[in-house]
Amino acid sequence: MIYTPSILATIIFSLIVITVLGISVYFSRQSASSKGYFAAGGTIPWTVNGVAFAGDYLSAASFLGICGMIAVAGYDGFLYSIGYLAGWIVALFVIAEPLKRLGKYTFADALDSKFNYPGIRLMAGISTLVVSVFYLIPQMVGAGALVTPLLGFPHYVGVIGVGAIVIFIVATAGMKATTYVQFIKGALLIVFSLVLVISILNKGVSTHPTDDYHEFIRLDGTVTGSVVTSIETSGYVITGEYSSGDKTFIRTEKEGVERWWDAQIDGVSATLLETLTVTQKADSEILYNGEPKEAEAFYPVGHMNKIIVDGEEVEDTGALGPFKYIETLEDSEVVRFSKTSFSYEGDSISLWSQEITSGSELMRPGLKFKVDKGSTPLSKMNFVSLMLALFFGTSALPHVLIRYYTVPSPKDARKSTILAITAIGFFYILTMYIGFGAMVNGVLDVQSSNMSAPLLAKSFGLFLFSVISAIAFATVLGTVSGLIVAASGAVAHDMMSSLFKGKEISDSTRVVIGKISAITVGGIAIVLGILFKGMNVSFLVGWAFAIAASANFPAIIMMLFWKRTTAKGIVASIFVGMVSSLIIILLSPSMLDKYGMAADKALIGLDNPAIISIPLSFLTLIVVSLITGKRKS
Amino acid sequence: MDHGPAVKVTEDSVVSEYKTRVGLRFFAIYGIIFVGFVGINTFFPKLMMVRVVFGLNLAVTYGFFLILTAIVMGLIYNALCTKKELEFENASTEAEAHS
Repeated sequence: MIYTPSILATIIFSLIVITVLGISVYFSRQSASSKGYFAAGGTIPWTVNGVAFAGDYLSAASFLGICGMIAVAGYDGFLYSIGYLAGWIVALFVIAEPLKRLGKYTFADALDSKFNYPGIRLMAGISTLVVSVFYLIPQMVGAGALVTPLLGFPHYVGVIGVGAIVIFIVATAGMKATTYVQFIKGALLIVFSLVLVISILNKGVSTHPTDDYHEFIRLDGTVTGSVVTSIETSGYVITGEYSSGDKTFIRTEKEGVERWWDAQIDGVSATLLETLTVTQKADSEILYNGEPKEAEAFYPVGHMNKIIVDGEEVEDTGALGPFKYIETLEDSEVVRFSKTSFSYEGDSISLWSQEITSGSELMRPGLKFKVDKGSTPLSKMNFVSLMLALFFGTSALPHVLIRYYTVPSPKDARKSTILAITAIGFFYILTMYIGFGAMVNGVLDVQSSNMSAPLLAKSFGLFLFSVISAIAFATVLGTVSGLIVAASGAVAHDMMSSLFKGKEISDSTRVVIGKISAITVGGIAIVLGILFKGMNVSFLVGWAFAIAASANFPAIIMMLFWKRTTAKGIVASIFVGMVSSLIIILLSPSMLDKYGMAADKALIGLDNPAIISIPLSFLTLIVVSLITGKRKS
Repeated sequence: MDHGPAVKVTEDSVVSEYKTRVGLRFFAIYGIIFVGFVGINTFFPKLMMVRVVFGLNLAVTYGFFLILTAIVMGLIYNALCTKKELEFENASTEAEAHS
């Protein structure tokens, strides 16, 4: 989409960033020791930690990704909310207190405290690093998506900007600053999301969502045989046709502008529906709806086709209550835009055509996850795999685990987890309204679902847009900071201890190594954030959850609850879980698509590996523990 | 190499075992509800269209229910654990007073 930056947005954004940097500088004096740097000295009050937990967890994936996915795929996006939240139950009831009782800095410390075996520390450190990097990618992608409409910069500038700010925060101040950044941002995110939802409900739904919303044109055509041969409206000349599956697209030319239309053929006549296109010409010129970017002919979309309230068709509902809003959408019809990509006469074309979708389809699973129409056993398995990853992945994420060490006691770990669940649960209910609000309010950027929530805010005024976007940016800052602290802790504590076995590493050296690691991991995240531009951030986070659930979760759970677990069993389990999940991800249909290969050629047709890699990791741990335990005895 | 605890933690093993036991039971209950949700979505997705309450269908109602149940169960779990911890603390204080 074509964005115009505003001064107000720039000022509010700058204020938030300056505040974040100010907090970092203020706390930098309190993080000289490794205990202060990596675990905030274990002194954070549970109330602050609980909100910081929420601030940490409600990352770009939750705010930008889930809202964007609901805006595009309806209820299927909300399934991410449910999975993310349900994962906290595992964290609260099974992991939080037992792990806190072991009282260490990192996940590797906790594992090692039971076995004192150097391989555990190295393997757990590597796993933490891998999960953190995978979790960092979507945050960086989200940052890049945000700065374009906010400040007018290209995607890569946002990614580099976030990377630089976060490296500064983490390299100067450590966990305490990170905690307070997450605390402030978490609180602001929930409050302003509530304001946005109240605005959505107050507005209700309308077939004309905004005053300047684009009026979609329909043309009538004549069909000869099965080909559209002429258009009744004067001035349009047919210059091409492309068919894909049951879809036929017609290219026309009028006053020197070429446009594509979705042809709905019915016997000898056809209705041509307007589409949106981005055309990359053979000479690299990019045209938006057939015109250069400066013509601003590429517009935001998303509207109601038909609104039914209490059995009657209306054009505008006025304000609606929270339940009535969902009920109204369910009874009505929405126009969504589905993408088709193809090459035509040397041009590379991305085309979005109108798709009228009933509310009942939107409000149940099936539009993204193939569990209903067109489903196969593999597509159902893919969905179950994702839900498994979300359910078991949360409690094994390094930046979640590290938060149990920043509070003084197990009781505080528990209370802060419950506060986090309450805040996160409330926020996830709001995502339902923000996502569907974006779907029907004429704000969607068809090129990137990630910007749905901030663009929805823009339809309620520039101030709300500026604040929401700045908070979203702070969201990325907070989460990325937490991840980089966790990753640098893994390198400085776990991998170094294992590599320099027997040699004493001083406290200050550890902090220096941690800071160098933070800069390195931040650099890697910047590069990957640029490479993965355009992918939905929630989808990307699903991978991080899957690796965490496969590599870390079996090790933690078996260490806590199975007495026959051995050190070698833990090492083998982390290795197998991590490697198997990585292999499946790297060979997945989505990655093949990213490599420019045909997605249907994937060796294993799963986009999420958890359903294979979690059981494999458990099985490895049990078998290796039984073998090595027997030898020992 | 062990870096030692970030903070010192002392707690009676009876209290810890009680909390673990309650936690695992709560996890089992929530796990069953969650498996039911995933199962219906996967194998009976059309069932999710059925209107349940306040004009909402089963998909939305079940989703909201899972979120609210997580919060409510968390609060109950905290209340039970806090009660047990207080009992232990009071018993410890009394024992110290008698000695």
